[in-house]
Amino acid sequence: MKTLFSLISGLLFGAGLTIGGMTEPARVRGFLDLFGDWDPTLAFVMGGALVVMAIAWRIVPGMARPIFEDDFHVPTKSELTPKLIGGAVLFGVGWGIAGLCPGPGFAALAIEPAGAAIFVVSMLVGMALLRLTEGKA
Amino acid sequence: MTIPSFPDAAPLDGLIGGALIGLAAAIMLLALGRIAGVSGIAAKAAGLGGSGMDRIGAWAFVIGLPLGALAVMLARGGLEPAFAGPVPLIVAGLLVGFGTRLGSGCTSGHGVCGISRLSGRSIAATITFMAAGIATVALMNMLGWEVLQ
Repeated sequence: MKTLFSLISGLLFGAGLTIGGMTEPARVRGFLDLFGDWDPTLAFVMGGALVVMAIAWRIVPGMARPIFEDDFHVPTKSELTPKLIGGAVLFGVGWGIAGLCPGPGFAALAIEPAGAAIFVVSMLVGMALLRLTEGKA
Repeated sequence: MTIPSFPDAAPLDGLIGGALIGLAAAIMLLALGRIAGVSGIAAKAAGLGGSGMDRIGAWAFVIGLPLGALAVMLARGGLEPAFAGPVPLIVAGLLVGFGTRLGSGCTSGHGVCGISRLSGRSIAATITFMAAGIATVALMNMLGWEVLQ
């Protein structure tokens, strides 16, 4: 049942990204092109997602536990670290170059398989490289 | 529906797509007690650390992403978006993979799940990656580098 709900979450996520135009790099880069021909669509996508998730977070405190798990596993860190900010800078540069972030990269495997596969494999290599630098490989 | 100053924008599709993404993240949170952060779940599926969820669940979520996209394509007709060429895709992929793991999240984990619970770390990360993305696109436009083919 847990696996099924993970799949359903992924399906809805992928469908939402596609409907919202986030699997089209031109739309994402259009949003980042703030000083040029700006396309605000991504702001509507984030706004729609944030409203629904803000409601979900309000439901959490009233639940003893998640429906299919024993506990909620939610990040507890609160400090701003150089890793957090440095990682976000590197991610943002990559996001700007190709107009893809991880979710749309996977979703686009169904839309533009060759390009999306190059991006996804490179992304996984990038993740592995970070593991190497942290000595966990 | 269009916005007068931005004829190319798709605000209604954006809101509907965004609400579906929010619903997906809400299911992950309320049913499974986890953050729907794609970079963390993808790392877990690939055996590279990441989310604390079980690996089969991580695979199921990751496989769901293109299947959801496929369903929309079948329902709405084909999309043929322009993508960057192989070299920029590789450079971008490396940066996105390394950066999202170093920074503990991407647009979904920080941008959607974190901001909606007013996490200071997620708000800072989102402002930072958006600023970096905006600067990157501005610089590329200044240099006349048309990346999408």
